[in-house]
Amino acid sequence: MRHVIALLIENESGALSRVSGLFSARGYNIESLTVAPTEDASLSRMTIVTSGSDDIIEQITKQLNKLVDVVKVVDISESAHVERELMLIKVRATGKDREEMKRMADIFRGRIIDATDSSYIIELTGNQTKLDSFIGAIDNALILETVRSGIVGIGRGDRILKL
Amino acid sequence: MVLTGAEIVIRCLQEEKVDYVFGYPGGAVLFIYDALFQQEKVRHVLVRHEQAAIHAADAYARSTETVGVALVTSGPGATNAVTGIATAYCDSIPMVIISGQVPTAAIGQDAFQEVDTVGITRPCVKHNFLVKDAADIASTIKKAFHLAKTGRPGPVLVDIPKDVSAQSAEYHYPKSVEMRSYNPVVKGHQGQIKKALKLLLEAKRPMIYTGGGVILSDAAAPLTKLVRKLGMPITNTLMGLGGYPATDKQYLGMPGMHGTYEANMSMHFSDVLLAVGARFDDRVIGDPNHFAAEPRKIIHIDIDPSSISKRVKVDVPIVGDVKEVLEELARLLDESKHEQDTASLATWWRQIDEWRSRDCMKYKNSDEIIKPQYVVEKLWEVTGGDAFITSDVGQHQMWAAQYYKFDKPRRWLNSGGLGTMGVGMPYAMGAQLAHPDAQVACVTGEASIQMNIQELSTCKQFRLPIKICNLNNRYLGMVRQWQELFHGGRYSESYMDSLPDFAKLAEAYGHIGIRVDRPADVEGALREAFSRKNDLVFLDFQIDQTENVYPMVQGGKGLTEMILSAEDL
Ligand SMILES: Cc1cc2nc3c(=O)[nH]c(=O)nc-3n(C[C@H](O)[C@H](O)[C@H](O)COP(=O)(O)OP(=O)(O)OC[C@H]3O[C@@H](n4cnc5c(N)ncnc54)[C@H](O)[C@@H]3O)c2cc1C
Ligand SMILES: Cc1ncc(C[n+]2csc(CCOP(=O)(O)OP(=O)(O)O)c2C)c(N)n1
Ligand SMILES: [Mg+2]
Repeated sequence: MRHVIALLIENESGALSRVSGLFSARGYNIESLTVAPTEDASLSRMTIVTSGSDDIIEQITKQLNKLVDVVKVVDISESAHVERELMLIKVRATGKDREEMKRMADIFRGRIIDATDSSYIIELTGNQTKLDSFIGAIDNALILETVRSGIVGIGRGDRILKL
Repeated sequence: MVLTGAEIVIRCLQEEKVDYVFGYPGGAVLFIYDALFQQEKVRHVLVRHEQAAIHAADAYARSTETVGVALVTSGPGATNAVTGIATAYCDSIPMVIISGQVPTAAIGQDAFQEVDTVGITRPCVKHNFLVKDAADIASTIKKAFHLAKTGRPGPVLVDIPKDVSAQSAEYHYPKSVEMRSYNPVVKGHQGQIKKALKLLLEAKRPMIYTGGGVILSDAAAPLTKLVRKLGMPITNTLMGLGGYPATDKQYLGMPGMHGTYEANMSMHFSDVLLAVGARFDDRVIGDPNHFAAEPRKIIHIDIDPSSISKRVKVDVPIVGDVKEVLEELARLLDESKHEQDTASLATWWRQIDEWRSRDCMKYKNSDEIIKPQYVVEKLWEVTGGDAFITSDVGQHQMWAAQYYKFDKPRRWLNSGGLGTMGVGMPYAMGAQLAHPDAQVACVTGEASIQMNIQELSTCKQFRLPIKICNLNNRYLGMVRQWQELFHGGRYSESYMDSLPDFAKLAEAYGHIGIRVDRPADVEGALREAFSRKNDLVFLDFQIDQTENVYPMVQGGKGLTEMILSAEDL
């Protein structure tokens, strides 16, 4: 089963390698991992998308909690939450494809953030499925480059991950 | 007060009341060694190889209730230390290791003797730090000691670049540590403890299985009291030996791969199993599916939540310090109105006694050739069962664990988790320094002892009168045993030719060496060795080359599928 784990960690050098090292050493799966400082500069927040049986997920959260720098761990996928991922996708945009690309971007509520004679960069946010669908919906031959941020996630309503 | 980084390091060690630092100097720690030279409170033990420094500091911690401290230089000093650090990590031993690092400006430049020590040790430490400013040294060392000894203990490494140890900074040693990210649970959950007690009292076939956590938490006394009161059978893992007196009638011996028949059968067929500071290791429960197939309720007390329900599903988890939880359990037991099911317990004991009557530890002694079991039995007699016993890794380790009956905690020092050959002599050094007047013996094998044999020189310098009992079978015996049983008797590289004359070797280092060939001379040799209070004596026992360790649960087999002796094969 797919799980989204959010955690707060002391913003210190090496923090990321402690977490990624844990996953590789214990053979846990990482689908994506994002990290950035929070509004409190001494803390970083990570969102890790992983998968495994209930036993494995239980061990993953326990092992993360055990890392001395980790302040809090929540499996946000256990209840209502929101996930978003950002994708920048550079596509060929010439001739009739140019109009078609614009139309597709509009349908998916993407924005064209850069344009040259022959290409667009489209910015798209959404959950993973939405980004996957966009890639599926356009002509694969027109894709020049894609970059995705990995998932960030947050619990809904009263579920707050903060110190 | 303004001090140099190096002076601050030493001041911090003084604050922590560190008696001994085990180490080896080099370029990156020259300032620290200079500061060490200029004071007398913290004594330094110069080993002959950094691995031994870590092991000796580890043993100092194991045999006392303190944190072991070691000091090594950058690069090869740090990499030599890694085996020692990993050994301590696997057995949850509290240690602080200080390593020198190349100057800050040289980090990342492939400088002379530069390695990424923090990166290399990350997976085998509880935590580690790179200190970039002398002003941070004191608070970092304070944190290191705090982390090492609280919660689930473990080694913590502090890497200090050379320029940082030379810089000056204001010195202030913090009184306490606050870490928002680190707050181990000590007190157990009341509701859970009550549930556990009820289960125990209602049990028809209760069994208590305790491990290294009892030793680490100094809980042998409350454990013994509680278990006697409950009248239940108990087993101690290899790491937990001495947690409950081995000579007591409720004690069933060690469980697991080389455990007793009665301990393993009782573990397996219990209906309520109380696990205390033990982590259901694969060498203890065998095949986890086979173990899980027999229904039983499991109560598990452990300070590390990740130890609980890791290898077996637990019914009543209790996160907390063993000592705290056992004392609470005892208090609730005193108040409890629940009746214990003593009739069932009596029936259960009858079953256990039947298992016991198989006498699985018996072995065939001989007048012609020395049996290793006999040596350990005699060692127990000669030392009055009261020595500090260290061992290396192999058959001799198992014989020491099986035949020396430990009645007290912290008397048995060995590498259980990592199984590191070479720990034996450094462990004996650490124990002897911590207990100068105690009898300390190292039960070893001719292969293991050679992995840190250079420490005979350290023993001479520091006048450590340890007794080395080399169970010399001219084989990597444990390897040979597996090859005999599971690899068609093809003894691939398990025979060591050209062994040294150990007695002469010991003499070359300035010690006494005695070779013992005949069973009739075993006891005399041991008595002779222990009567020499100020000498290191190396006893080289020529033992039966073909002797195997039994009972045995083959890897991957169930706990009850035991080979009791060679006749079972
Ligand atoms: C050749 C060889 C053969 C072996 N054969 C056997 C065998 O037959 N039988 C056997 O038992 N072992 C055997 N071992 C050892 C085995 O590999 C393990 O090291 C050992 O079984 C683990 O012991 P333990 O479960 O007590 O855990 P430890 O490694 O001692 O772990 C201690 C546990 O207690 C917890 N803890 C620590 N401090 C506290 C505290 N204050 N409060 C609460 N909990 C705490 C920790 O979180 C941890 O879960 C063998 C090893 C070797 C090298
Ligand atoms: C550093 C290290 N290398 C290899 C091993 C694998 N190993 C386990 S026991 C053993 C043989 C030990 O031989 P010896 O010290 O003579 O003890 P014996 O089994 O003969 O009593 C070996 C090689 C190990 N545990 N540690
Ligand atoms: Mg041998």
